[in-house]
Amino acid sequence: VSKKVQAIYLWWHKPVIDQELLQSLPNLKVIANSGVGMDHLDLKLVHSFGVKMANAPRAVSSSTADTGMALLLASARRLVEGYRIAISSGMEYCEADFLGVEVTGATLGIIGMGRIGYKIALRAKAFEMNILYHNRTRRKEQEEQAVGATYCEKVDSLLQEADFVMVVVSLTPQTHKLIGKREMELMKPTATLINISRGAVIDQEALVTALQTGVIRAAALDVTYPEPLPRDHALLKLKNVIITPHLGIKTHKATCMITEEAVENILAALNGLPIPSEVLPS
Amino acid sequence: MWYHKPVINEELLQSLPNLKIVASSGVGIDHLDLNLLSSYGVKLSNTPFIVSTDTADMGMALMLASARRLVEGYQMAVSPDTEYFPADWLGDELSGATLGIVGMGTIGYKVAKRAKAFEMKILYYNRNQRNKEEESAVGAVYCKKIDDLLQQSDFVLLSVNLTPQTHKLIGKRELELMKPTATLINISRGLVVDQDALVEALQNNVIKAAALDVTYPEPLPRDHPLLKMKNVIITPHIGSATKKTRRLMMENMIESIQVGLTGLPIPNEVL
Repeated sequence: VSKKVQAIYLWWHKPVIDQELLQSLPNLKVIANSGVGMDHLDLKLVHSFGVKMANAPRAVSSSTADTGMALLLASARRLVEGYRIAISSGMEYCEADFLGVEVTGATLGIIGMGRIGYKIALRAKAFEMNILYHNRTRRKEQEEQAVGATYCEKVDSLLQEADFVMVVVSLTPQTHKLIGKREMELMKPTATLINISRGAVIDQEALVTALQTGVIRAAALDVTYPEPLPRDHALLKLKNVIITPHLGIKTHKATCMITEEAVENILAALNGLPIPSEVLPS
Repeated sequence: MWYHKPVINEELLQSLPNLKIVASSGVGIDHLDLNLLSSYGVKLSNTPFIVSTDTADMGMALMLASARRLVEGYQMAVSPDTEYFPADWLGDELSGATLGIVGMGTIGYKVAKRAKAFEMKILYYNRNQRNKEEESAVGAVYCKKIDDLLQQSDFVLLSVNLTPQTHKLIGKRELELMKPTATLINISRGLVVDQDALVEALQNNVIKAAALDVTYPEPLPRDHPLLKMKNVIITPHIGSATKKTRRLMMENMIESIQVGLTGLPIPNEVL
């Protein structure tokens, strides 16, 4: 059987692609990943076996951007806390002093303005948010103007001004622990941190401390390291944290589109044609 | 007057001979008897426009939370029993879906503006059709009959005020016209929906889910079926509950009171 395998469609990191597996599949031509993140793959290793790799960038953008906005709104308006109060069996119900923070007119700082980050900017603009962004490279002027986004060459100025900081980068050695103690201390004490990229982009221990000591107001995390967190982890108990189980692309539509994109990539590779979403080791 | 207290009835009005003005917090005035107040020569003010953006934001928050199963997801993420996150656990996408807005006033229109950025198709039902520029600015299509909106929408959002005409606007008939895959979002008043019919509709999969910032009464009795349903999100009427807006509301109310006591025309007077 292993001689017949020409393509692998990788779903949620399985199967694990290691030396052993690659050696056992001599006719493997392509690995198509579901989703856009490639941090779980050793790109150099795969490339050394002459196997091509592809991801599914187009299919994920809208649903991941929506997840980011859902978390931003839920955190700002304390939706989960509110739900618990609304259904609680006790009567500790005091509407008058249950307050959240405003989204409309607030400042959103987007760290990582790729496809997903840009879609977030489009959505945030409709909420009349003031948009700042930090990216490896600056976007074109028309793109900036279309969403009213201001470039921050240094992430520090973004962190100091934003009411909401949304992290939308891919995980690389450069972005590992991108947001640590120093970055959180630069943030406003009234600010909210939202992570929809990868858990390892944030220094999780520093985050726990920052949340416990009021260095920042709240956090909303669709991703953690590991997933799921150990059941006794401090983040699970903090009132000002919303954690969701990596919802990013978990919609019927997105998973359909991701599979379509993967099939497209696989067919192209097997036919010796240029692969639409090829990923090369940098 | 804050959150409907004190209750303004005949007894109270009789006991306060020098009462000149009642300043009500928020925009809804369904809890007040306008004729009664008028008969005692007492003026009334509310805080109409300040609450609009926060309430529209809340509508979007509820729609997103419901579609993506945020509350269920959170419970899974923090539950002591969770060992892994199942790969086939899915929600619904907003992009490309149809949002039907019932009541396209200030709040409804702001919801439309926001929803457009999520690549949603927008239908609306309103007493009066909006003008062409307003419609095309948000890509909204007018439905003369509410039935058309109900049959085509994936999300139905209620942003009407409560009047005798909108009381139980959404009942058994309307719920049955909705798609079985549709979600009902209510940010207006609990009484706009026939709550018993809603419970039944949710239990029998006539509609898929509901997200309610308002119920009748508030809060619901602790044994109410809506509190136990997995496909229902309820929030404790926090549509306008942000620090900034509440401060602005207070400032408005004080202004109305101060002016009202001088006998000059009152800002935000309700006639």
